Amino acid sequence: MQVTMTVNGTDITEEIEPRVLLVHFIRDVLRLTGTHWGCDTSNCGTCVVLMDGQPVKSCTVLAAMADGHAITTVEGLATGAVLDPVQQGFMEEHGLQCGFCTPGMMLTARALLDHNPHPDDTEIRQAISGQICRCTGYATIVRSIKWAAEHPAAAEHGDTVQSDTAQSDTGQSHNTAQSSNTAQSQSADEVHA
Amino acid sequence: MQIPAPFDYARASTVDNALALLERHGPESRILAGGHSLLPMMKLRLARPEWLIDINDLFELDFIVRGADAQGADTLRIGALTRHTTLLESDQVHALFPIITDAEKVIADPIVRNRGTIGGSLCQADPAEDLSTVCEVLGAVAVIRGSGGERLLSMAEFHRGPYETAVAHNEILCELRFAVRARTGSAYEKVERRVGDWAVAAAGASVTLAADGTIEAATIGLTAVGQTGTVGAAADALLGQLPTEALFIEAGRLASVACDPIADQRGPVDYKRHLADELTRRVLRRATERAHASATSTATQEG
Repeated sequence: MQVTMTVNGTDITEEIEPRVLLVHFIRDVLRLTGTHWGCDTSNCGTCVVLMDGQPVKSCTVLAAMADGHAITTVEGLATGAVLDPVQQGFMEEHGLQCGFCTPGMMLTARALLDHNPHPDDTEIRQAISGQICRCTGYATIVRSIKWAAEHPAAAEHGDTVQSDTAQSDTGQSHNTAQSSNTAQSQSADEVHA
Repeated sequence: MQIPAPFDYARASTVDNALALLERHGPESRILAGGHSLLPMMKLRLARPEWLIDINDLFELDFIVRGADAQGADTLRIGALTRHTTLLESDQVHALFPIITDAEKVIADPIVRNRGTIGGSLCQADPAEDLSTVCEVLGAVAVIRGSGGERLLSMAEFHRGPYETAVAHNEILCELRFAVRARTGSAYEKVERRVGDWAVAAAGASVTLAADGTIEAATIGLTAVGQTGTVGAAADALLGQLPTEALFIEAGRLASVACDPIADQRGPVDYKRHLADELTRRVLRRATERAHASATSTATQEG
């Protein structure tokens, strides 16, 4: 079957078997290996990607189910050479040791901050409660996400780029999940609001 | 690597279209909603459908609406495709049925809750499913559609046993209906080994107070301890009584005797009976507090 989706802002059409999971589609077909594949049972959360701006465990979503939707992987976090504040935060606060859980943690953090720009420690811990860091570096992960919340400067830069994208997209409804740049323009709107 | 066996995939555009697809592809076709129960089962070959009918585009099944039913009774209707996250974040659901909010906080984890649906949870009918207990406690009515029209089932009729419901292969669970009652409170509490795990045991309760402060109606449900339906004996002991700690202790004892847990990796039988006892007391306490609050706010509105 044919699937068409937007991955990190780029429209992609591929021919796949219906049973292909989104995590394998991203890693093996698109060769975006930043998304990690861990427990295979929707427990560990290292495969988290954003679907229309919302974190999902891509080992338990069929690529077919993502047809018509906007996917953001860890490769889509940075804007050109400018890191997302979440990425910067993980650097500043040593939010990773082995790095295996990091892509999923950072995408969940991005979605959290898009909806709640000033989360407290409890809200951060709840947001990442479906993800496992086997290095048990949770304290530094929480600090990294706090750092990102306190330093939205890079996000503002990212915002400008996303808003420009949204403006060039005015012919489409921003309310439909299928709209290619919806996830990004929604999060940009929320930051502005 | 865990990958499902080969199958064919179709995406439904409306409920009628989904019903037509189910008819066309026969008994080996399955509805795919959030997928967080079905896909793991397919990876393990515990399920091996030939066709998946994806209903994630059926926005007509994603709603929370309060209104009068055909008989004029105040009712909250929840569409089967409503996601756990939506239920958890709904102020209306929390105000009317806090037991749903209590349960949603401890169902899986926030990311799984972004995908999982109330209809999918009920149709999966896992014996440890929190929302099955919640729906039984609230006396929910399941609305099921087939090519011949709509039928309404109580939870007792809906649940046939572990992983088995009354929904036929060519039917779809479309919504759940909950009767709104005055002076009523409800609560749910679960003990789990870690975030996102199935319950070791859990309990839910709904309590309605009469104008004189006695208990007019009560239901108690238990999760993952071999209890089918609500615990009638424990609820009956409460009727007509003033809510007191001694009464809750007695109800907890009756619930722990009524249930039939099995020993497994989540704990031995005596521990699970202890949890059934303790959790029943806790949810009765909290449901009664909430019923008092509901009675007070009703009185204020009427005054």
